[in-house]
Amino acid sequence: MTVGEPMKMSIAELKEQARVLRRDIITCTTIAGSGHPSSSLSGVEIMAALYFGGVMRYDPAEPHWAKRDRLIMSKGHASPLLYVVLAHAGYFSTDLLETLRQIGSPLEGHPNMSRLPGVEASTGSLGQGLSIGLGHAFAARIDNADNHVFVILGDGEQDEGQIWEAAMTAAHYDLDNVTAIVDHNKAQQTGWVRDVLDYSPLTEKWRAFQWDVQEIDGHDMEAVLEALQRAKATQGRPSCIVAHTVKGKGVSFVEADYAYHGKALTKEEEQRALEELGWQ
Amino acid sequence: MAVKPDIEFTMGKATRDAFGAALREAGKTNADIVVVDGDVNNSTRTEWFAQEFPERFINVGIAESNLVGIGAGLAACGKLPVIASFACFIMCNGYDQLRMSVAFPNLNVKVVGSHAGISIGEDGPSQMAIEDVALALGLPTFTVIVPADEPSTHKAVAAMLESVGPAYMRVGRPDVPVVYGDDPDFTLGKANELRSGNDITLIANGIMVSAALEAAHTLAADGVEARVLDMHTVRPLDVEAVTRAARETGKIVVAEEHLVQCGLGSVVAMAAAEHAPCAMAFVGVENTYAESGDPAALLEKYGLTARHIAAKAQSLL
Repeated sequence: MTVGEPMKMSIAELKEQARVLRRDIITCTTIAGSGHPSSSLSGVEIMAALYFGGVMRYDPAEPHWAKRDRLIMSKGHASPLLYVVLAHAGYFSTDLLETLRQIGSPLEGHPNMSRLPGVEASTGSLGQGLSIGLGHAFAARIDNADNHVFVILGDGEQDEGQIWEAAMTAAHYDLDNVTAIVDHNKAQQTGWVRDVLDYSPLTEKWRAFQWDVQEIDGHDMEAVLEALQRAKATQGRPSCIVAHTVKGKGVSFVEADYAYHGKALTKEEEQRALEELGWQ
Repeated sequence: MAVKPDIEFTMGKATRDAFGAALREAGKTNADIVVVDGDVNNSTRTEWFAQEFPERFINVGIAESNLVGIGAGLAACGKLPVIASFACFIMCNGYDQLRMSVAFPNLNVKVVGSHAGISIGEDGPSQMAIEDVALALGLPTFTVIVPADEPSTHKAVAAMLESVGPAYMRVGRPDVPVVYGDDPDFTLGKANELRSGNDITLIANGIMVSAALEAAHTLAADGVEARVLDMHTVRPLDVEAVTRAARETGKIVVAEEHLVQCGLGSVVAMAAAEHAPCAMAFVGVENTYAESGDPAALLEKYGLTARHIAAKAQSLL
């Protein structure tokens, strides 16, 4: 990849890449013995499209390259997803994935920007990533630069008031260099979102906050790619993509049970999961 | 250093005014400075910067959590964000963001809290930060600065902007006496000795510095020569100055316009306990919130005057 030219896979290649990412999310969390694989699995197509579908401009050889686009993983517990993507994008060796959550490893339980190249924000206290993204967007505006900022939000995270403070601010300042992507997987730590705190209608809320909103199937690679490209090109308003996803996507027994939140699969479950994904 | 020789203070501007003026001045030479305020820019005086550099000023509305996060993002991009609101609102409402988005990643965000302490007066306890220094001390990596008067605040703002890493500066609403001459020495982490003496040491910051000097003047009438230290930087603390004061004077009174249990007094006591234990006494807001009222009357009622400092000193002699 030459500097400034994003990696651009075909749809077929992206789908295969998603299968690789799912495998690595499951294996690294099972080795770690803890972590949030189900929260990571729901965002795989979104992250694959961003990093490997030609949406984001970045250079793993120069993590702080001024012209790079930004990805902020506001739902920091999906760190396994972020780490496997950054590893496959070339920020560090995939061998490092085995060290997830171990003492001394820069792959901490939640992302730590001080220790790992490619991590744009330290997250893990929910609600904070969008505001940080706005800071990046304001900096780009002040510099007349064209960096785009993508922020991945959880749907449980929509409970946090700070999200809506940031939503109002981005709209007021017409920050069209910001795209928020809600990984709407319908589940949070103790139950389904509709049972814990039913904030529906979500899409209408973002519309009411004056964002340009697209609602898509977050596992349809073509739809994800198209929505991201459109969001990046949108002018005059910030963009929100409400991506309908499935928590634990690709592993049937995880999809069916929200109680898998924050649990690594056992060795035996890992084998079943990898079989379902066509790896064995 | 030109220190005023006697106790006839002249009144200077409020430390928030000095902050606003120094920030506007710094904006002229440092294009990286971006100021973010939570819709109190006419109170914090960041509006003076905003008027001159509107393209580098963001009013985020009354949303301190978001305010802090935006500051973090700006810093991550190499900007020098100065984020401001009332001390109680930015420190209390924005605290998780200060912890997670600023302190933990050690980002170069300068946080300024105005209207600190009970001397804001009539607006009452909901607006009075009496815990902001404690909260700032709870953020590893933060430098914590409490300047005393107009001239030293100018220097403190410049020093803070030159330093690298997160910092919190507390400034106040009312006009305060000038204890320094023009162009005072100011080094972060280095106490300024405003009066020499070997019988006891009075350590203070913020508006309590002038009160400490006044108390020393009173004590001198009784033949007690008090050393007075302006401990404008609470962290990193000038441990050497504390140790020297403990060894040379044997007694220390600490005075602050803040909860007495968890501010300057605590860190000074810790330093003295470790390096040169000595008799100590503390002046500050006791375990309570204050109330609305005239600032001078409040300071008197809640025990934050020269008279209270002198009485504590006498109790140690």
